[in-house]
Amino acid sequence: MIKRQLPLLIAFAMGVIFIIQFFIPHQISQDLLTWVNKWLMIIGGISLLLGIYSLLNFHYLQIFRNKPGWGFSLIMFFSFLISVVVGFTPSLINVILPLPESSVQSAEQVKEWYRITGLKDGSSLDWIFRHGITPLSATMFSIIGFFIASAAFRAFRARSLEATLLLLAAVFIMLGQTPLGGMLWSGIPDIMTWILSTPNTAAKRAILFGIAMGSISFSLKIIFGIERAYLGGKN
Amino acid sequence: MDNTVLLGVWLAVGLTLFMYSFLYKDNVFFRFGEHVYLGISIGYIIVRVIFNNFINDLYKPLVEDRDYILIIPALMGLALYTRFFTRIAWVSRVIFAFIVGFGAGLGIPRTIAGGIFKQLEGVLMPLAAIKDGFFFNADGNFTLVNINSLIIIVGITSVLVYFFFSVEHKGVVKSVSRVGIYFVMIAFGASFGYTVMGRMSLLIGRCYDLIEFSSPKYYYASIVLLIMLILVFIIYEVVIKKGEVLKTNE
Repeated sequence: MIKRQLPLLIAFAMGVIFIIQFFIPHQISQDLLTWVNKWLMIIGGISLLLGIYSLLNFHYLQIFRNKPGWGFSLIMFFSFLISVVVGFTPSLINVILPLPESSVQSAEQVKEWYRITGLKDGSSLDWIFRHGITPLSATMFSIIGFFIASAAFRAFRARSLEATLLLLAAVFIMLGQTPLGGMLWSGIPDIMTWILSTPNTAAKRAILFGIAMGSISFSLKIIFGIERAYLGGKN
Repeated sequence: MDNTVLLGVWLAVGLTLFMYSFLYKDNVFFRFGEHVYLGISIGYIIVRVIFNNFINDLYKPLVEDRDYILIIPALMGLALYTRFFTRIAWVSRVIFAFIVGFGAGLGIPRTIAGGIFKQLEGVLMPLAAIKDGFFFNADGNFTLVNINSLIIIVGITSVLVYFFFSVEHKGVVKSVSRVGIYFVMIAFGASFGYTVMGRMSLLIGRCYDLIEFSSPKYYYASIVLLIMLILVFIIYEVVIKKGEVLKTNE
């Protein structure tokens, strides 16, 4: 009984407390919110390790069972280890390849900074971030641009009024953001601004209303114990 | 030129070219770059989480400030893992209830205030004032702003009707929802245009970097690595084709 009712009771109590909290502009009320937020950061940090474990376990099994492409899983592990080792070994890169005078920090300063943030301009992990993660992220997302454009070329055919509106809106937005649009016709940037501020705003607002209504009703269902899917399982 | 920067530039150029090689076809270089990206990103997240969530939020206040109450969220975080043990799995549900209940309670008033009232505030504007038989805005000037406000109201109403499924869409409702579809299509077109332009700006950024890194200052990193990559592709294709021809002849 307690195994089933206790979670529902806690969800109800937490829900009601934080609805009331919004209407009490007192320091104690604000402190309560900050306090629970801090708790959730800690809980979230611990639970995130589970997701990372699942990913690593998947690649470990790929290697262990010699599945096709296991070599890439090995590369993934190797890159992961480099990132972690470098992250926990301040200035490892700096030891191998000395940094210029301007960014050299004393060992104590580096240690102190790592104790506080774990990341600093010119640190080894920052080097990985700037020369590995940043270019790879930008390249990965820019590649998607090619596929979106080629998919649009096939899909955007003015077969109906709806498709024509979609096509025209996309064309005006794309041209309006480039100097070419203004060069072709000075009215294009104005049309772009009008599309964004009027029909686009209207549709987005209506969609936001719908999302807001949906999230409120879903939250109420959780608080009153009608929605229990998040508990999972049968026992 | 500092060696760390030079090494970083060559690494960034190499990985960028590996990723763009996918535009030719799916290949071993692309998959290498993809898995490197995954590995270093996960490693980076782990380091960030450990420094920020464990050291700054938990260890430091617990040890240095003696804020022992933080043992509770640490235990709650660990209790989430009881889900893997059938007999005590119910403990993890209590923690989930704490998180979900907090989110639900926090969300309701804020969604009403930000998602509904704030949005309504932008809609409920004076459309026009009648003066000498003509329409004017609140300032007394005849401007297109009035017409735009009217279009926004028509748009919001018709889109809401389109998403309202409790009434069968026929007759007047069908006509109004049809207008709603047109507004939604324009909004989707605008979002699409923005997404494409966002991706294009990233592409321009990468191309700009590749051009910059092809200068003598960086020892022609882009040119050298691009030539090497093309050569490897040519050799690989020739070897593969030759292998296929030999297999067919056998």
